[in-house]
Amino acid sequence: MTAQTLSPVAISQIEKELEKYPADRRQSAVMAALRIVQEEFRWISNDVMQEVADLLGIPAIHVYEVATFYSMYEHKDVGLYKICVCTNISCQLRGAKEILDYLRKKTGIGPGETTADGRISIKEVECLGACGGAPMMQVNKEYHENLTPDSIDNILDGLDRHD
Amino acid sequence: MVSIEINGQKIEAEAGSMLIRAADAAGIYIPRFCYHDKLSIAANCRMCLVEVENAPKPLPACATPITDGMKVETRSELARAAQKSTMEFLLINHPLDCPICDQGGECELQDLAVGYGKDVSRFSEGKRVVFDKNLGSLISTDMTRCIQCTRCVRFGQEIAGIMELGMVNRGEHSEIMTFMGQAVCSEMSGNVIDLCPVGALTSKPFRFKARSWEMQDHDGIAVHDTVGSNVTVQTLRGEVLRVLPRENEDINQEWLSDRDRFSYTAYKSEQRLTTPMLKINGEWKEADWQTALDNVSSKLKKIVDEYGADSIGALASPTATLEEFSLLAKLMRGLGSQNMDYRLRQQDFRADGAMSAPLLGDSIVSLECAKTVLLIGSNIRKEQPVLATRLRKAARKGASISAINSTKFDFAFPLQVNISVSPSSLVATLARLAVIVAAKKKVPTSGTVEDIAESCPANKELEGLADSLIEAGNDGQIIVGSMAQMDGNYSLLVALATIIGNISEVKFGRLEEGNAVAAWQASFLPFADRGTVGKNATEMLNPALKACLLFNIEPSLDCIAGNSALDALRETGMLIHIGCYRSEEIEELAHVMLPLASVFESDGTHVNCEGNMQSWKAAVHPQGEARPGWKILRVLANYLDLDGFNYTSSETVRDEASPLISTTKRTASMDVYAPVLVEQNRLACISHLPLYRIDPFTRRSQPLQQTLDNPPAAAGMHPDTLASMGIDDGITVELANGGGKIDISVYASTSIPLNCILLPTALQETAALGNANWLEVKSRA
Ligand code: SF4
Ligand code: FES
Ligand code: FES
Repeated sequence: MTAQTLSPVAISQIEKELEKYPADRRQSAVMAALRIVQEEFRWISNDVMQEVADLLGIPAIHVYEVATFYSMYEHKDVGLYKICVCTNISCQLRGAKEILDYLRKKTGIGPGETTADGRISIKEVECLGACGGAPMMQVNKEYHENLTPDSIDNILDGLDRHD
Repeated sequence: MVSIEINGQKIEAEAGSMLIRAADAAGIYIPRFCYHDKLSIAANCRMCLVEVENAPKPLPACATPITDGMKVETRSELARAAQKSTMEFLLINHPLDCPICDQGGECELQDLAVGYGKDVSRFSEGKRVVFDKNLGSLISTDMTRCIQCTRCVRFGQEIAGIMELGMVNRGEHSEIMTFMGQAVCSEMSGNVIDLCPVGALTSKPFRFKARSWEMQDHDGIAVHDTVGSNVTVQTLRGEVLRVLPRENEDINQEWLSDRDRFSYTAYKSEQRLTTPMLKINGEWKEADWQTALDNVSSKLKKIVDEYGADSIGALASPTATLEEFSLLAKLMRGLGSQNMDYRLRQQDFRADGAMSAPLLGDSIVSLECAKTVLLIGSNIRKEQPVLATRLRKAARKGASISAINSTKFDFAFPLQVNISVSPSSLVATLARLAVIVAAKKKVPTSGTVEDIAESCPANKELEGLADSLIEAGNDGQIIVGSMAQMDGNYSLLVALATIIGNISEVKFGRLEEGNAVAAWQASFLPFADRGTVGKNATEMLNPALKACLLFNIEPSLDCIAGNSALDALRETGMLIHIGCYRSEEIEELAHVMLPLASVFESDGTHVNCEGNMQSWKAAVHPQGEARPGWKILRVLANYLDLDGFNYTSSETVRDEASPLISTTKRTASMDVYAPVLVEQNRLACISHLPLYRIDPFTRRSQPLQQTLDNPPAAAGMHPDTLASMGIDDGITVELANGGGKIDISVYASTSIPLNCILLPTALQETAALGNANWLEVKSRA
């Protein structure tokens, strides 16, 4: 694990977010700041949380509270592709478990794990608001609905083509 | 005001205020955990659910605003059922370890479980386990007991002003912790122990010492700062086991600084002096009181006869009691000497005749309503922690608080202007502010003030500060603090601050450590007697006196020029130590040691910065042969054949002390002197007194010594200053001034002005330096 430190780009992005809020409400930008950090590093280390805290002028523990409250923030490195499989009620009824099983067959990993080559991570998540298309999963920023083994094959095969 | 009904009882309450407040005011108890009247409302425990007419379900009383005609039932079937269900939920994950829990007997959860809990839990699944956290030497944790009320978190955010504890993760995984397991470092941290409704946060020094119901409570007053916080001293079988805050809305509310809460841990130190001791042929021999006092009085008499009364003097700790100051002053004057002082860390006494008692100028409560506050030479958070919480409240209400210091401190409240300049520029900055204020108010200032202001050009910050002072007028407050007192230009700082206060019509306050106000009230000052002026703390040590009485001090740590003080005391023919402790240093220097009872073992009186006299009674018997100071001094005076020492109680001593003239009277303007400036090529020394090094007591409190407020001795310099001298951060250098030299490691900090060294005093490691306005970095090790 190399130490993370905010890049000038990230800092300027965070500063842009700060413009949205009154000067004495800098803490309002904490979620956006964490999102920016995560986009840069895929996960958020304690060191960089301290940096965010200093930048916003708020206590580090406050940043830590937010970062641990929301499950979208990662505290360990994840793969290039983060696959979030919804296992909440609608998706569960529509076969979320089979989706997870199929993903394990294809990638060799289960929820909370990352492939040895660091490409793919799988995460179990709660309802992502796409119940109408259950079962569903989210790959990085993209939603994939009405999943079947075939469509998962397609999605996985297509992964690298995006970059 | 609207009228509502609670349990059929008609109550007048303020519309919009919370239901629980109105119920409390009417004496109707609603169970609660997260609600606390001094903290913001979290409404997360749900214990306070009550039935409100026309509401579809029970509502939390702590977060339900009052509306006209509201009808509330706190004990109806529905309310009870809701409260009982909440209790059942809270107990699901709470361990059943009351028999080994320090909170047992004073636990809000335990108490309420008796009324609202079930006999048997219906929850047969595994309880969650939360690992304990190491929060440092003061707070012990058993985090499995936490009920997530977040009182501790809110206390940090809202009262102490630094958020150290937070609730991380969520839902069933929520837990209270610090960022990356750091220890807490707030000087008010112990209050979370009282706030925690369960046994999750308890006192580490008190751990497993006693059950709350076995102990006896004694009313006491804390003596380490000028607040005079009210405390309850708890004892068991003649031993002090715990100190807790005692509620006093006008003074400390229900808070207590860690210093006042935990310093009791030193009262049974192994270094306590427990019998009178005489040095005979260089050897210490135990003696009985008669022999010891006989020895002291006959030698003192002889010295007075031989060398005159001016050859003797007394140096006392600023934390002595009013009674002790009074009798010591009376005893010295009885012998014909005016040489007495408690201002051991002050070096500039030029304003002595003109100075008035170190008072705030108004009540402590009034601080909360101040519109503008200017702190001069004060790190108020560490000097007067409880007052800092009041200032924080003022800041939250929109007060503009500013500081002019020689270091940038972290005040835990926002500052309008935060000026940090070298000690030499400090006077110029204040003089400039005085000139600006005078110009705005169209009154003349003296030429001297303008001369001093010369080197500090006017700037926007000072202009703005002047405006906000003038605008606040009587709602403004100037506070000159303890850092200023150690400055080489203290008289000048006080004089200029008085001028600024008088012209802008802002209240003027000057605060010192401990029980300094009592020393003034007891006239324990070299200039308090009209006519002759005696020697002050510095003069008594230079040149050495023939006989000197040390009252509970450790010279190398309590005197600003530690090394010079030792040199002088070595030459003192008769050194009498009346103190709680013995130490190598005292054993080397003194000729007689008389064991003094500590504040817990003696009656006493504290006079706070409002001039508020508060007395207490001894909570326990003195250790060994130790005796209360006022008794020792009374008997010593009898041995010395002095008149007027037939006191029968501490009260008779106290009542003799003349009342302070006026506590809110405006201080008259004082003369302005030419400043003492540090030579250009030298580094200015900024002395600061670490919070837990203030007196022999706190210095021996192990738990306090282990906190982060007691960092290892090191000298701070601005990184540019370090770079210009080619010194690396972290290396050891030799520091020297006229009086001595020391080896110490340096650290870089941008809070320190250029060409200055920030040096902690009252440390063994820095005591070997002499009087210190300047320092040279001698060699580079
Ligand atoms: S530790 Fe105590 S005060 Fe803090 S949240 Fe838990 S129960 Fe409340
Ligand atoms: S339950 Fe899966 S998206 Fe809503
Ligand atoms: S006291 Fe009202 S919800 Fe906790």
